[in-house]
Amino acid sequence: MSKLTDLNLAEARDGLRDKQFSARELTQAHIDRVAAAEKLNAYVLQTPEKALEMADASDAKIAQGEARPLEGIPLGIKDLFCTKGVRTTACSHILAEFTPPYESTVTGNLWADGAVMLGKLNNDEFAMGSSNETSRFGAVINPWRGADQKHLVPGGSSGGSSSAVAARLGIAATATDTGGSIRQPAAFTGTVGLKPTYGRCSRWGVVAFASSLDQAGPITQTVRDAAIMLSSMASYDAKDSTSVNLTVPDYEAALTGDIKGLRVGIPAEYRVDNMPSEIEALWQQGIDWLTEAGAEIVDISLPHTKYALPAYYIIAPAEASSNLARYDGVRYGMRVAGKDIDDMYASTRAAGFGDEVIRRIMIGTYALSAGYYDAYYVKALQVRRLIAEDFTKAYEKCDVVLTPTTPSSAFAIGEKSDDPLEMYLNDVFTVTGNLAGLPGISVPAGVDAKGLPLGLQLIGKTFGEEDLLRVAGVLETAAQFTARADDWWSAE
Amino acid sequence: MTNKNLIAGATGDWEIVLGLEVHAQVSSNAKLFSGAATEFGAEPNTQVSLVDAAMPGMLPVINQKCVEQAVRTGLGLKAQINNYSVFDRKNYFYPDLPQGYQISQFQQPIVGEGVIDIDLDGGEVKTVRIERLHLEQDAGKSLHDQHPNMSFVDLNRSGVALMEIVSYPDMRSAAEAQAYVKKLRAILRYLGTCDGNMEQGSLRADVNVSVRRPGDPLGTRCEIKNVNSIRFIGQAIEHEARRQIDIIEDGGSIAQETRLFDPKNGETRSMRSKEEAHDYRYFPDPDLLPLSFSQEFVDTIAASLPELPDDKKARFIADYGLSPYDASVLVSEGENADFFEAAAAGRDAKATANMVIGSVFAGLNKAGLSISESPVSAEQVGQLVDLQSNDTVSSRIAKEVFELMFEEGPDQGKDPAVIVEEKGLKQVTDTGAIEAAVDEVIQANPDKVEQARERPKMAGWFVGQVMQATGGKANPQAVNKLVMQKLGLEE
Repeated sequence: MSKLTDLNLAEARDGLRDKQFSARELTQAHIDRVAAAEKLNAYVLQTPEKALEMADASDAKIAQGEARPLEGIPLGIKDLFCTKGVRTTACSHILAEFTPPYESTVTGNLWADGAVMLGKLNNDEFAMGSSNETSRFGAVINPWRGADQKHLVPGGSSGGSSSAVAARLGIAATATDTGGSIRQPAAFTGTVGLKPTYGRCSRWGVVAFASSLDQAGPITQTVRDAAIMLSSMASYDAKDSTSVNLTVPDYEAALTGDIKGLRVGIPAEYRVDNMPSEIEALWQQGIDWLTEAGAEIVDISLPHTKYALPAYYIIAPAEASSNLARYDGVRYGMRVAGKDIDDMYASTRAAGFGDEVIRRIMIGTYALSAGYYDAYYVKALQVRRLIAEDFTKAYEKCDVVLTPTTPSSAFAIGEKSDDPLEMYLNDVFTVTGNLAGLPGISVPAGVDAKGLPLGLQLIGKTFGEEDLLRVAGVLETAAQFTARADDWWSAE
Repeated sequence: MTNKNLIAGATGDWEIVLGLEVHAQVSSNAKLFSGAATEFGAEPNTQVSLVDAAMPGMLPVINQKCVEQAVRTGLGLKAQINNYSVFDRKNYFYPDLPQGYQISQFQQPIVGEGVIDIDLDGGEVKTVRIERLHLEQDAGKSLHDQHPNMSFVDLNRSGVALMEIVSYPDMRSAAEAQAYVKKLRAILRYLGTCDGNMEQGSLRADVNVSVRRPGDPLGTRCEIKNVNSIRFIGQAIEHEARRQIDIIEDGGSIAQETRLFDPKNGETRSMRSKEEAHDYRYFPDPDLLPLSFSQEFVDTIAASLPELPDDKKARFIADYGLSPYDASVLVSEGENADFFEAAAAGRDAKATANMVIGSVFAGLNKAGLSISESPVSAEQVGQLVDLQSNDTVSSRIAKEVFELMFEEGPDQGKDPAVIVEEKGLKQVTDTGAIEAAVDEVIQANPDKVEQARERPKMAGWFVGQVMQATGGKANPQAVNKLVMQKLGLEE
């Protein structure tokens, strides 16, 4: 038997059910590996005692023959999810040692299905970033390295989640995606990242960045694992008005491997300027794999694609500027005293928020201001609608869309952190999915010349997760991506 | 035509132009977007959900009851009901505003244009147009008197549902504005959508005041915030109009600003100027879907609407033959109207209305009681009206009997017939007895008899004397007849 920390979710689940090992053993192996991985800075809070307690409860369930879908599976939780009695900070100083007296719906669903919490995972502050360098707890390191052995970013904002899953510091992880924060980190770390349809997973108890774009999803080792995780994470939640009341299917059952006759759209507009030839080649490779599997390739046009990123960087900051107003030092989190109430607000927020968060609050505040609202916010909403219409038209001709996930592989820590615009370009292929509310998945499909992972993205129809996962499974099988980062970081 | 609303300045007449924004707390058990309770007077911060406190990751969910109440109110105002409306965020920082924004409706409110007919002195009715009604959250309350150098915040009100009802600037005097608020309150109470309790803050008004020369375009307005009694509304308007007139007549101009009314000295003072006004950065709340409902939903509510004050007034005039004035007094509160109808059932409605208004309302008013606390029941009032109608007692004695019943209160309360019997107040209709009394008065006042023959109106004096002599128990008609006879004044 391989090491317990080498198992993917489906393997661990089956092993537990067959009593090849206990949930406690599986959890302890992961606790030990997490403890030895401080260098990666993936976890901002480890909860080993809680994990073992939960694992023991799972062992009892298994012994009684009452194993639930995720019984005994140790997971890492992005620090954006509120966890009852466990510090939740969104990796921002402004939340200080905030410990919620409530559990987010998504994590609550996971625990109800028997999963075990290893701890809270690092992310960009308030999920604002594409490199996980804006966290109050410092940058997360990608376990993957190039030949020059420079430290690379794991992507963001779910960099703790992607780094942890890639380094096997948890069998899977929760993540959130507002503009690409699940898919881009997955692509940078050779993992699978699934952003569901907007409304599929409840946002209740997830610290908000941009409410109309935020969506929770898993980062996992395999497509099957993503399907299993989503079946548990997704639910209709009356506490989230944007949650959709649709039965959650058995996503794992959708992985039939059969995509004969399925139409895969290739959008011309995603061939961006200066796209590295490796990415171009990988995309073509993906087309070939799906063709061989019996899919029909269709050329499609998504004409408003080039306006997606500018529209996104108006809408997301606009919503964020309002969503983050509640962090005012009055009721919880950090407070810096001031000579009057306005001074207290200003001092608290200046000290509590990092530069990227402040930048976005300022952009968003500006975009919503009298005199600019129509030119920026209203225009961006119009673009958003046009982008959604592009997809609606495209889906008359195809069932899923295939694109690269990112325009490059992982870059070095510090390489883009002084150039916000360069950083924002990371989201160029992923933001459309958020703007249109569509599900998307990144599947590891190859490595570049530096030996770093690259991902291909599939975008599905609204609530078309089953088709999406089925195609992703075929892509995964064809790609045979078995490369793994070595354990250079391990203190063991 | 002369305009009685004009007010005189040093340089000529001025006209006041008034528009009101009334905030009415929706009657509902839970808040607009959370399940927390809304009861008045609870201990601070005992009615606060995680949503109301704006904890991280908390989301608003619309309370359907509040939507229903807003639609109901819209129907009561004969207004356009918008089956599709949008909740927006109004962004500003304040300690009693936990989210850092108020959820309100900006461009697309749930209710559009409607009307209210207001009742003015002399039975005059004026129509005031409603611009819109929208739903929004109330804020919490800052408490500055709990600690020498700290302020506390009570979030019990945070998130409570309000209806903001905006009028057009159709009112021209303080009295009209007061009549508007009274009428609006009556409608809300009839509908059961707001308890209208101004002392508890369930109903408060922002008053927009401007002045102009008659016929001129609208002047620059000032908004007086949060005036919380009908009396204060009158005072605030009078003071603010006078202030604006004085400024303009002194060669100045009005700066658009928000002002506060200070009830202590009856003045308004500046709160913030237009330049200091917030940029609220309204935008659609992305946590909420647009609010939409079917026409069937609206129709169901419409079918359950009670009879409203105007309809009731019209019915009282038509069915009971009441004067418009009496009818509007009786319908101002639904319970009052119900009391009247119970008392008037099967008997002289006009006489009943007189007794309800003249005795019941006056007595309750003096004693500071509400109609539901009335010591005299509607049934007893009816019985008393009967005693008066069948000449068992005179109207004066009826008043006396009412006062006795009122004092005795509901527990020992005896029916009026019993009181009349016990106290011997039965009207004297025996002509012999009355005749004796008349003769006595005539004999005792020969000079007055002389005068009365010159001036027949003097007969009234004799009637009064006879009534006095008989302790008011004599039938006034009989007395009158006999006096005229004996004085030889018969026609």
